[in-house]
Amino acid sequence: MNNNVVLLPILIPFLTAIILMFAPKKIIFQRTVSLLGLLVALGVSISLMMTVQQEGPQTLTFGSWPVPFGITMVSDMVSVLLVTTTLLLTIFIVWYSFSSIGKEREQFYYYAGIMFIITGINGAFTTGDIFNLFVFFEVFLMSSYLLIVLGGEKKQLQGSIHYLLINIISSGLFVITVAFLYSVVGTLSMADIAQKVATLEQPAILTTIAVLFLIVFGLKAAIFPLFFWLPRAYAAAPTPVLALFGALLTKVGVYAIMRTYTLIFIHDQSFTHELLMILGIGTILFGCIGALAYFDVTKIIIYNIVIAVGIILIGVSQMNTAGVEGAMYYIVHDMLIKAALFMLGGTIIALTGTANLRKMGGLMKRYPVFGWTYLVAAFSLAGIPPLSGFIGKLLIVQGGFEANNPWMSIVILLSSLVVLLSVIRIFIYAFWGEEQPATISISQTTYQRQLLPTIVLVAITVAYGVGAEAIAPYMADAGETLLNPAIYINAVTGGE
Amino acid sequence: MKTNDVILQFTAKIVFFIIFLFSIHIFMAGHYTPGGGFVGGLLTASAIVLLILAFDLKTVQTGFNINYRLLVATGLLLAVGTASFPMFVGEPFFTHFYDYFELPFFGNTSLHTAMLFDAGVYLVVVGVTLTIIQSIGEDE
Repeated sequence: MNNNVVLLPILIPFLTAIILMFAPKKIIFQRTVSLLGLLVALGVSISLMMTVQQEGPQTLTFGSWPVPFGITMVSDMVSVLLVTTTLLLTIFIVWYSFSSIGKEREQFYYYAGIMFIITGINGAFTTGDIFNLFVFFEVFLMSSYLLIVLGGEKKQLQGSIHYLLINIISSGLFVITVAFLYSVVGTLSMADIAQKVATLEQPAILTTIAVLFLIVFGLKAAIFPLFFWLPRAYAAAPTPVLALFGALLTKVGVYAIMRTYTLIFIHDQSFTHELLMILGIGTILFGCIGALAYFDVTKIIIYNIVIAVGIILIGVSQMNTAGVEGAMYYIVHDMLIKAALFMLGGTIIALTGTANLRKMGGLMKRYPVFGWTYLVAAFSLAGIPPLSGFIGKLLIVQGGFEANNPWMSIVILLSSLVVLLSVIRIFIYAFWGEEQPATISISQTTYQRQLLPTIVLVAITVAYGVGAEAIAPYMADAGETLLNPAIYINAVTGGE
Repeated sequence: MKTNDVILQFTAKIVFFIIFLFSIHIFMAGHYTPGGGFVGGLLTASAIVLLILAFDLKTVQTGFNINYRLLVATGLLLAVGTASFPMFVGEPFFTHFYDYFELPFFGNTSLHTAMLFDAGVYLVVVGVTLTIIQSIGEDE
């Protein structure tokens, strides 16, 4: 029953962070140890994924306590896939940081901050206890406060105050909601809550709590109409930090909605899941408006995060195999491609010295490899068939038609056009046209050192799209776990 | 005008030891009575803050030549070490062990590994509190 390996993808980054705290000034030490820690954790989590595939969900209840009384960690296919993706893309972000974040930040607990953020995110993906989920949310939020403000530029201070305020309010709401839920069901373990909720015959208070959770996690995940803080806050962060946030932080909120809405609140779907779908469509629409409205590289990609959040949530809200499986495909794809896009966008800004599309041009002549990499990433984001965004969106659209929500599927298809237009606009403005006499602020070697991790990451997303067949069994497993809460509950309680 | 703080400084020196001993007592008694690592750590930190108020930051730093950031890291290491030790003997993470020991002077005492975890918490709380106070105090 108890399998300690479940905990290692959380413990290894945590331990790495502690070791990094002992010698903050030694940059070589910081770089090697953080990369080494991530590689080991990735290896462990891949082997964990194999175990989960063969033997079903793995669990661990702390301190040898019996199940509803101790904190349980659960690695089912959903969480182990997300944990592995997190570790994989963090390796590339750390690698990219070597050449882009700057010595001063590196000497002030930058890598320790990244390791703590990974600890929190992996913990939030793995935990099976609703209050423990809150604690892990705080772990990664506190580290993200450090990362967003580290460096102390005026822009960062302005952005971080928005970010801090909104997250403190939503965390307060989280605690209140957990208190409500606890007073109704009297337990905190998610599997136990799911069992108790099933026997309660859905009183109105549970629907209220479901909506409160949607507000809490929606604030973290930036769904409509709670996404207002995200563009300003994220635009303040330096590139590698932005890549980390854009790829991971909103996805934890999405995962939390996914988990609660497929495990706990499944007894009044005509209201809760309908609401989720409507908010998802609103999220897509407003994301599209934002992505078209700006002439700023960072802002365009930031609004693409909002669109992706909407698409994933709509997939989950269908509650059929195609929709949920599509959401799993899409969330993993989106984490990888967003990290890659922010890294590419950061290099564009570093090369041209500006984020304004109108002031750049002609990069294709000097940097052809970079241009083609960007084009592949852009097509992949829009979901052009052999690439990674395709299969997820296809399944979600199929799920929409199967669940008799054709309008929703049409919105998703139209949003893909907008996504394509918004990222191709970056390509046209930055890479085509006359070469601008812009101040090139980074040297050729720095450019090459930034390009390498980006190319490898884009290559991985291409492999993810082309090799979709190879990961299909994992995704099918994940979809099945989400749709049958009994699998999760039995894994935790041992079938009692 | 430079004021003469002789009474404050003399009292602070004595009161410091009283508060410090009380914090250790609170820390040790945490298993059976209210208290524990968190309160104990805060009390120790407040004892040091009293010294900082009576003297000044530099004097206290020469007195306690401790890098508080390293103290935080050490505390975390101790806590994680205690929690993960059971993994190496085949028990789930965070399993605690205890036994009764015949100690000189104390007599029959129960010793519990939760105390080591608490010691980690104690070090982290002291370290964090004093890092905050020192960095704000040193800021010009």
